[in-house]
Parts: sequence; structure tokens; C-alpha cells
Amino acid sequence: MKRIPYYPGCSLQTKAKHFETSAMAVAEALDYELVTLPRWNCCGAVHSLTTDDLMHHVAPVTTLLRSKEFSAENHLDDSRLVVLCAMCLNVLKRTNKRVQELLEDRTKINDFMYLENSKYDGSTIVIHFLELLREIGWETLSQKVKHPLSNLAVSPYYGCLLLRPKEVGIDNPEAPTIQEDLLKSLDAKVIENPLKNRCCGSYHTLVDKDVVAELGYDILINAQKAGAEIITTSCPLCAFNLDQRQENILKKHPDFTKIPVVYFTELMMIAFDLPLEKAGLDMHYVDPRPLLLKKEMLHE
Amino acid sequence: MSEEIEAKLIPIFILSRMHMVPEGSTIITAMEYAGFKLKKGVGCREGFCGACASLYRLEGDFKLHGSLGCQTVVQPNMQIVQIPYTPSPKAIYDLETLNAEQEVFTNTYPELYRCLACNTCAKICPQEILVMDYVQAGIKGNLALMADLSFDCIMCGLCTTRCPAEITQFNAALLARRLYGKYLNKKGRFLEYRIKQILEGKFEEGYQELMNLPKEALTKRYFDRELNFNIT
Repeated sequence: MKRIPYYPGCSLQTKAKHFETSAMAVAEALDYELVTLPRWNCCGAVHSLTTDDLMHHVAPVTTLLRSKEFSAENHLDDSRLVVLCAMCLNVLKRTNKRVQELLEDRTKINDFMYLENSKYDGSTIVIHFLELLREIGWETLSQKVKHPLSNLAVSPYYGCLLLRPKEVGIDNPEAPTIQEDLLKSLDAKVIENPLKNRCCGSYHTLVDKDVVAELGYDILINAQKAGAEIITTSCPLCAFNLDQRQENILKKHPDFTKIPVVYFTELMMIAFDLPLEKAGLDMHYVDPRPLLLKKEMLHE
Repeated sequence: MSEEIEAKLIPIFILSRMHMVPEGSTIITAMEYAGFKLKKGVGCREGFCGACASLYRLEGDFKLHGSLGCQTVVQPNMQIVQIPYTPSPKAIYDLETLNAEQEVFTNTYPELYRCLACNTCAKICPQEILVMDYVQAGIKGNLALMADLSFDCIMCGLCTTRCPAEITQFNAALLARRLYGKYLNKKGRFLEYRIKQILEGKFEEGYQELMNLPKEALTKRYFDRELNFNIT
């Protein structure tokens, strides 16, 4: 079993707990142990764009430094930092880039963080779990499939933060394929949604649910028109906006039919035929289980 | 007959004014020596109550130090001010109706989520508590970790004074420890057993005996007592 450091982020241990548990189960099946950093803090949630606002970069730099120290102290097989949440990935990578490039900022932030055990040099490499899977290889993945998803029409949704800005994105920002490649390796019927990298509305969900409901409506209806039966995502906030806000979509568009939105790891668990207690299929607003039962992908 | 010991006097600055105080004094004793009558900002004088929170700077050092006045020995040219109290919101809650989960702070101390993870709180904490780490534990709903990391908090309030996100860390931590004690911690069987003994009057006779003792006898007994913390 290869051990690699893993940064959860706040959602992954609360609302999106099942994304974490399912990813860990999938990783284990692929001979990887995601080792949770023992001391981690919020990534900062939104990357600060003000050039002189260094305070907001302290949180991600602390995380990057502690990850580096942790993997060195514990002799992990892989020193890179795996992240599941698209937003955490985005903030960590962009901050990392900033302190790699701007020595003055790095020095200032390090000076500020004088309670830490060492100085951060910008050397932590942050990757998304999808990138780790791509590296393991789609071929290897498909060999693990015991329960092909051939009967299931899946439309992947990316959102913004996995892909943009392109300097930190994990795939082509305009035409990504990493989720499609993954789903194909599970033998799923992949449905192309032209709005797969349109914004879900992000934090507007807190102040104006209608904005998010409208954006979600467009995204979901386009997937449905293309024939999708289920949506996959990799971001807890996108997942919340596309799943939970279907309640608000229905109020505005009574003709709308609900569609399940799940994390790609949940479908991987089904395909790998892993025990589903940790898949969290019961953690959704739109329950995916009736569909999966109908498709004979769940045992009664 | 008391023997006078001559102490060397050193200069310190209290509220920007210089005072000559005996070397080796604590901030509290130095302030009293300088003529301050402390009614607030002093308590147990043993480092436990947290009433004597102080800020100081040393000559040639950028760092603003937080400390307990009763535990900190003065140094030449130290600049000192006491922060006996930090205005802080205090949530009113009924433990019976709360759950030990992440959402508990959204109704009690929602400002907890403003944490920037800058660690300024840990820099000032006189107890060397990992304050930011426990705030973050609270944000992610790990109340057991929050209770554990904040265990040594004496509620001096310096973290709250310094927090750029204006969080009341120590009050939120108190709530976490209360919830931990009530819902998450293993129940001790001794407490129930001992309460039952008390209610049944097991200690009534001994208690009456103590209450009737003259002061000298009571003092003698107090100092002669055997301390035995072995409760198993």
C-alpha cells in the first residue's frame, strides 16, 4: 500500500463526508492509502486576488508547509498532497504558485508564521484525486471493474475551479476529458453536457438561492436533454448547488424532473463492487438509489 | 526578627511610565511595589485563574508577548500593560437542547467561521495552546479535539483581543468542553457511586466532626492530611 498525504478541507469532514469515505475506499482498492494530515486548517476557501493582502494566504501556506513536514517526518511513499475538494485544490495551488514565484511574499509570509517548525519553500506539489487516478492509469482502473456501468448514462460536471485558471487547472479548461476518461474506464455511457464547465453559482447559494437555481436549471436540463440519467461531480459546493438546490429549481420550474448528482467516487465504488456503507448514497437530496436499483447496480 | 534583603532595582515601564522595581519580581508584585492598587487584573497569583492577563514588549524585540502577570518575571526596560478583561460575546444556551455537532456554533458563536487560520491567537497565548488548531477543529465539527486542545485554557482573553477575525475563541472552546463532558466523554462510574454515598449520609458523621473542630485543630488536620489521588 502506497501512502500519500491527504488534505480534507472543511466540507470533506462534514457535509461531504461521503466524498472522503468513498475516495478513501476507492484509493484502497487501488493500493493507495490517503493519509489525512494530522494538523490542518481551512484552506482559506476563496483565493485572495488583492496583491497586497498576504494575510489571506497564510492559511493555505500553513497547510502546504505542514503537509511537507508531515510527509518528510513520516517517510510517506509519495510526498505530494492529494486534495478532493475543487475549491481547496484551487486555493492551495494558486497560493503555492504565488509563493513559488514571489520571493518577497514568501519571505513575508514565512516571517509571519514564526511559530511553525520550519520555513516554507514552495516545494509541496498539490494534486487532485482525479489526477492520481489518471496517473494510476485508466487501464488499471478498468481492470478493477467488477460491475460495469454500461447500463448507466452519466454526465460529468466540472464547474470552474478544477479547470480555471489554466495555470492550476488539472485538464484542458475549455474541453476537459478527465472525468469522461474515468467514467469510460468504468464502462459507463458518457453523456456530453455543453455546460459541463459552466459555473454552478458557487457561494451565491448563501445569499441568493434563485441565482443558483437558475444556473443549476440550465446545467441540469442540458444534461438531461443529452440523455443523462445521473451527474457526477468532484466539488462539494457544486454538488450542493446542483443537488440540494433542485428543491428551489422545482419551485421556479415545475416541469423540471429531478436528477441525481453524485461524486465520481460513489460510482467507482459501485463499479469496483466495494461494500457500499461508505459510499454515502443516502446523503443526497435527490436519492440516486431508485435509479441505481432500476439499473440493477444495487443489491436490494 | 526579620532579615532585610537588599534587592537590586531595575527599570520597567508600566503604562509608559518608568518605575524602579526589585529584580525578580513578577509583573503583579512589581506593579504593587510601584504603587498600583490592583482590584481587577489579579486573582489567584498561582497561574490558574487567568485574571492577570498582561501584554509586554522587551527591549529590542518586535514581538508582543502575552502573559499572566503573576507568572512573568520582569526584565529591564520591559513595557507592560494589563488587559484584565476583553469584551466578548457570550452565548446563552441550554446544554440539554444542544447537540455535540458542528452546527452548534452557527447558533452560538458563528464568528468562529471567520477564522483566517493566521495563528495570531497561538502567538499570544500565555498557556501555549494551539488556539487556531482548536478553532479549526471546531469549524470542522471535531468537538472532542477542540475540547482536548483547549483543555489548558484559563480564559484570559488575550487570543480574543488579538484575533484579526474578531472571534471569541475561549468562549467557543468552553462550549466545546461542556458538550464534550456532557455527550462525548466516557461516563465515570465513580461519580454516580459517590453521589449515592453522599445522599445516603455516609459522610455526615465525619462532616459534623470537622464542623465542630476548633480552628487550631482544623488547621493541624489540614496540614497533616495525606493526599491520595489514587481513586482506583
